Amino acid sequence: MTLLYFGLLIVAIAVAFMVGRNRAKALKANGSSLHSLPSYHGAFVALCVGLPMLLAFIVWVPTARMVIDNRAIAQLASDVQPKDPLSREARLRDIDRIAAGGITDQQLAAYPESVVQAGRSAGTMRSWSFMGLVTVGLVLGALGFHYGLQRISPEFRARNTVETAVKGLLIACSFVAVMTTIGIVMSVLFETIRFFTKVSPSEFLFGLQWSPQTALRADQVGSSGAFGAVPLFAGTMLIMLIAMVVAGPVGLFAAIYMAEYATPRFRAWVKPVLEILAGIPTVVFGFFAALAVAPTLRSLGLSMGLDVASESALAAGLVMGVMIIPFVSSLSDDVINAVPQSLRDGSYAMGATKSETIKRVVLPAALPGIVSAFMLAISRAVGETMIVVMAAGLAANLTFNPLEAVTTVTVQIKTLLVGDQEFDSAKTLSAFALGFVLFFFTLTLNVIALQIVKRYREQYD
Amino acid sequence: MTDMTAPASSRVLDVTSDRARARIRARYRKEARFRAYGLIAIGFAALFLVVLLTDILSKGIPAFFVTQATVPVTIEAADVDPNGNRKVSEIAKGDFAAALRKSLVAMFPYANDRASRRQLMGLFSSVAASELRDAVIADPNLIGKQVTLPLLLSDDADLFFKGGITEVQVQAAKGVATPSGTEGNVEIVSSGPDFAVELGDVKRQISAQLRSVRRDAEANNLLKARYQAQVQDLTAQLAQARAAGDKDAAPALEQALAKATSDLESVAANGTRLEERMLQLKTKASQPAAAEALDPTLPSLLVRINGGIVKATEVAGDRIKGTVIAPLSSAAPAAAGSWSTENILTPESSRRLGDREVVWLEDLAAKDMITNAFNWSFFTTGDSREPELAGVLGGIVGSALTLLVTLGICLPVGVAAAIYLEEFAPKNRFTELIEVNINNLAAVPSIVFGLLGLAIFLNFFGMPRSSALVGGLVLALLVLPTIIIAARAALKAVPPSIREAALGVGASHQQAVFHHVLPLAMPGIMTGTIIGMAHALGETAPLLLIGMVAFIVDIPHGIEDAATVLPVQIFLWSDLPEVAFRAKTSAAIIVLLLFLFVMNGAAIMLRKHFERRW
Repeated sequence: MTLLYFGLLIVAIAVAFMVGRNRAKALKANGSSLHSLPSYHGAFVALCVGLPMLLAFIVWVPTARMVIDNRAIAQLASDVQPKDPLSREARLRDIDRIAAGGITDQQLAAYPESVVQAGRSAGTMRSWSFMGLVTVGLVLGALGFHYGLQRISPEFRARNTVETAVKGLLIACSFVAVMTTIGIVMSVLFETIRFFTKVSPSEFLFGLQWSPQTALRADQVGSSGAFGAVPLFAGTMLIMLIAMVVAGPVGLFAAIYMAEYATPRFRAWVKPVLEILAGIPTVVFGFFAALAVAPTLRSLGLSMGLDVASESALAAGLVMGVMIIPFVSSLSDDVINAVPQSLRDGSYAMGATKSETIKRVVLPAALPGIVSAFMLAISRAVGETMIVVMAAGLAANLTFNPLEAVTTVTVQIKTLLVGDQEFDSAKTLSAFALGFVLFFFTLTLNVIALQIVKRYREQYD
Repeated sequence: MTDMTAPASSRVLDVTSDRARARIRARYRKEARFRAYGLIAIGFAALFLVVLLTDILSKGIPAFFVTQATVPVTIEAADVDPNGNRKVSEIAKGDFAAALRKSLVAMFPYANDRASRRQLMGLFSSVAASELRDAVIADPNLIGKQVTLPLLLSDDADLFFKGGITEVQVQAAKGVATPSGTEGNVEIVSSGPDFAVELGDVKRQISAQLRSVRRDAEANNLLKARYQAQVQDLTAQLAQARAAGDKDAAPALEQALAKATSDLESVAANGTRLEERMLQLKTKASQPAAAEALDPTLPSLLVRINGGIVKATEVAGDRIKGTVIAPLSSAAPAAAGSWSTENILTPESSRRLGDREVVWLEDLAAKDMITNAFNWSFFTTGDSREPELAGVLGGIVGSALTLLVTLGICLPVGVAAAIYLEEFAPKNRFTELIEVNINNLAAVPSIVFGLLGLAIFLNFFGMPRSSALVGGLVLALLVLPTIIIAARAALKAVPPSIREAALGVGASHQQAVFHHVLPLAMPGIMTGTIIGMAHALGETAPLLLIGMVAFIVDIPHGIEDAATVLPVQIFLWSDLPEVAFRAKTSAAIIVLLLFLFVMNGAAIMLRKHFERRW
């Protein structure tokens, strides 16, 4: 139905554009000189038709839905009236399903009589509402069409009006980024606040036990939900540290070699290798880590007498480190290349070897950028999901031994939300609380990284 | 110059003494080491990439080929078309599985009991009956005749022919063998050293088993000691807590103590089991020359003699005792070289195909009925629980629909935002806010976008779960910052002279931008878009959160149908236990990497082709 309305909208806009443009062309042919090109007049008429129709849609659809839903709920018999928001939503879903049609009589028999009635009447009301929307839209469109055509005249500054509208559209599109951030914060914040009404923030942030079971029945065994997230933070830090131990030196040295020592031919061959590594999806890395790296590490460890878990933090951290190498390497490469040649030349003139120059002149000059690159890499490692989901475990283990299985914040977010859980339980809400912590941690790291670059970067002329 | 006096302490630079030379050499060595570190770092990254790609390719390429068996199947009218009127609807309901089963039993007449028939049918995929049905429906004249077409084998049979189940070694025998009968339990005596060699092998394997059980017992004992210490510790803590009257700690301690005690009990039970087994194996290994009974934990020994097959249940130096799997044609002595011993190296208890099934498959191969074909159905079918039938079409179509939605949203919005920020935005706080937001969003973890999609698109707007629409929306928001940044760079690269020339001939600012600057920046924008789409194609985590974890068999037809995308398909398959799915997952990864390769290659070619030096 939405598709139908938008199809109508597009047709109306196209027709309006052509008629408006032809009208303006006719005026031009008659000898009068127009202020704006005919296509702008056409665009103006199209706007006069399209905007009201769009507004009608935006206003009508949510209002109609709310009204119809309330009518439907009110129609239900008193014994099936929903008592709280969740069961209300469930009832509305049932009514939706019945109203949509295409449901067999056998399936209908599963619902109480009044629900079926409410569903049927909701279906009829929906069809009426759609026809009403189309009528209103067409009427508004026709009015807009008339108004637009009326305005067409040689002195009319169509271009300016259209350009103002286009500018508004561009601003709206730019605002999408801000809306996205607001959306993320809202979506995570509300659920987190709901979570903190069930579990205290201090238990969440400082508790040492993570076993997010919530009792489905009052007498269920093992229903003590412990929501202490410290093991998750520790696991995330452990895997992140292993990843940075791999990615930091390797990425930095690779960048130094590429920037200082490599011949153009070498660079032409090696840059694609790093770009390919950067382009491989993380699910492939996760598969490789789970099926090739982890068993190899385990058998290696067993042959040395160490008890390596089959889902060790070492395997996940190692592969994650390799995934981050191109990231560190390309950022460091940019910063090292930005150091002016005059500093290097001065150092060579004093008799320093190339490595001494790099260690004592270039790297200190590029240090803010490199530190910032490391912080962005840390932020990437902390937020990575697929590799740890496939290669690290679910056991919330508070340990710093890389040979044991640990779990991270992102793994728990995925596990908690991908099961069949009632949306209101503390278990599911804890996932949002974890997401909140993750978002703000990465945001803070990014802001600090940016500030470091801004404040300590040397301005070379 | 002449007024300059030499400084009080003039130091002459020392570059010729031995110490100086040594110092300079050390510095050059450090230089060489430093350079080597750089090369080693790059080598490490390159090596990892090579290992990764080789591993995926070696695991995945076998999945692009399927093994088929061309078994002649007699289509009897009684099974397939009982009423004899050759109507398609009637034939479609026919029992083609029965036809296949009967023909297999005709090939292996001794496999006529229920269990054997089931095992025989188990060698073929469940789709083999449908393949027969399709052939007969296409040509009803085949009813009553023999049909020979390649039928798909089951995933285990397929794996056997790819070498994934077990290794089989066949040796021609050196002695003269005399079987004691042709059916049931028989004894075969050999005049040569064949069975002595086998006995030696069995003894060695038993020693290896003993060693491994001993290692397990030692590890188990360590674990037991640890649990014992834990129980003691917790008991002491509990007693302390009770004595101190601590009400809060006691229940938690009691629970921990109960768990530790039960752990200890199970470990102790395991230990006893391991001790018993060790004793068993010790007794066996301590009698070097005696006959040895073979059990399923040891590799299987088969004897092919006189057209039949005997599975050994006991091996001695000069004879074996066994049961007949395939009946012998006679009990006459077989000359040297006319009979052979066959070792199936993986023990029967560790493989998914029993000895009889291995024998049947080898028989089919010996009769030249096994063929390899390219696995076209991998690209034309959707997901399935049967590994040999699972395909990636659902993932490919889902990915295509999702990327279409993503492109449709983020290209216009991204380019519009970039144009505004680059051309029209005044330098005020509002603009700074937008720019800061875009830079921050570029670094947000992808799973947070999944949370956004779940909370807002699914729960607040009520959009259909797991659909390409919601997936596309989430990915569009994820990729938007990248596209905006790339588009801004492309717009910035267009020189100001173009804008000024357009303004000079009377265009308005917007006309100059849209008619002149934007077309010139298009190649750069396209490159950035393709790279962004490639990034979106590989994303998994946010799509998992919006519900794309279901097992979806149907190919989606629209953007509101439940769909899955290729990376999520890979993720789901990697979790499944069947061994055959590992090859399928690797094959799907190869398909995904190919798509990404093509997209990135197109972006690079585009960039090279349209790059203009202003």
